[in-house]
Amino acid sequence: MIEWANTIIQGILTGGLYAMFATGLAIIFGVMRLVNITHGDLIVLAAFIAMVVIETTGFNPFLSLIIVLPIMFIIGYFLQRGILNYTLGDDLLPPLLVTFGLSIVIQNVLLEVFSADSQRLKAGAIETSSIQLTDGLSIGIFPLITLLTAVTMIILLQQLFNRTRLGRAFRATSDDPTTAQLMGINHKHIFGLAMGLALGLVAIAGVLMAVRSNFDPSIGPAKLLYAFEAVIIGGLGSLWGTLIGGIILGVAQNIGAKIDPGWQILAGHIAFLIILVFRPNGLFPRTRDD
Amino acid sequence: MSVLEIKNMTAFYDDFQALFGIDLSIEKGETVAAIGANGAGKSTFLRSITGLVQNNADKFIYKDINLIGKAAFDIVGLGIAMVPEGRKLFPSLSVEENLLIGAFGQRPGNWTLDRVYQMFPKLKQRKDIAGTALSGGEQQMVAIGRALMSNPDMLLCDELSLGLAPIIIKDIYGALPGIKAEGVSLLIVEQDINQALEIADRVYCFQEGKISLTGKPEDLTKEQIAAAYFGR
Repeated sequence: MIEWANTIIQGILTGGLYAMFATGLAIIFGVMRLVNITHGDLIVLAAFIAMVVIETTGFNPFLSLIIVLPIMFIIGYFLQRGILNYTLGDDLLPPLLVTFGLSIVIQNVLLEVFSADSQRLKAGAIETSSIQLTDGLSIGIFPLITLLTAVTMIILLQQLFNRTRLGRAFRATSDDPTTAQLMGINHKHIFGLAMGLALGLVAIAGVLMAVRSNFDPSIGPAKLLYAFEAVIIGGLGSLWGTLIGGIILGVAQNIGAKIDPGWQILAGHIAFLIILVFRPNGLFPRTRDD
Repeated sequence: MSVLEIKNMTAFYDDFQALFGIDLSIEKGETVAAIGANGAGKSTFLRSITGLVQNNADKFIYKDINLIGKAAFDIVGLGIAMVPEGRKLFPSLSVEENLLIGAFGQRPGNWTLDRVYQMFPKLKQRKDIAGTALSGGEQQMVAIGRALMSNPDMLLCDELSLGLAPIIIKDIYGALPGIKAEGVSLLIVEQDINQALEIADRVYCFQEGKISLTGKPEDLTKEQIAAAYFGR
């Protein structure tokens, strides 16, 4: 019994990371109607940038974010304004193709620069320390930090979207970019900021991922898949849905792994498919669309 | 001296030419109505002024500023706001948020949330519900309030009466004198000729992308208007 409780708790904690992968993706789709196929590779890119920053400055991974996060924000802003804005329109296909191409470009550049070697960021004792709850039940400090970071991020994003002038501009532009221009909103700039914001989240997710597990230039697409699944399970109605989507995925994977280690990834996909069958629009679908 | 002066404006949708050389001018504080049949180019003309439709002109000057090639989001900041056809409220925003987004450009002026609520008290009671959950007339009030929140010197209104009951139309048009009293120039596109003639200082009649008739309502006869409206 306690073993299963442990499995589920670890799954919930893992879900925090998936939720963070997914939140950026959800923002990009929510604001720009852009399906970002290169999301996973950007997570890996952030991890490699963090690696370089750590090697040059000697910062620990958490501290490296003060450099990595602004870098990713700037990459996001100019990526959107320089390339992706030109792909947006009535057709969903051009952004899909362009971000798919970009995904291949990023993977190969990373491979060229950093080789195919597996890397990891070292955060010291925090990686392995844990809180013992009862016999056989303990919570890793680092996974806990990951989940709490995801929750904090979502709270802050909710505040940003619901309470600020910029957040209103994001939502208005997402509803109707043409009419938004009549409000004095430069939709191209707003899209740039939204991408910058999303890649800021990617920076955090990338660093946390890189401390938690090995990474190399080829793993982006797998991360993209988890992010997609979390977003779709959650539905596009709220970022909390995305968090729950990530948690469901994490729990399913851990239960799968508990049954048989080979089942870990498969169990996540199966959970995703089951939810898709019963709730095709996800658990928290968008409601105010007209 | 005209606030807005346009000479020989043309506009295209891809290969289709929608405007063929429009000349129009508006004085400060004046109310001008554009009338005409469906597809005559009235809405395209308004959208061209706001910068939403690409256009060209020999002269397109607003308060000494050349507007040719200016982006829509910059033109609002200069003081030209539009109440778009079909209201176009933002569905994800509440009534109050729809009004606040109108003030996005933070152009200084007299209009505030309180003043809009004063003008349309119904909106204050419903400020927290989704804008698109309101009745058509209330939505139109939000759309007008939203445009006013940008503190415009010139307000373009596209088909305010579209799809609304006559009594509601009266309410909506009842708000215009108060707006005009602030020194705002009004350019109104309206299908309902009587409504347009009643409120306007001057009328332009559009026909197939050109202006077929212009003048003060009291100087124009019904026959002239009918001819200019439908063509012969």
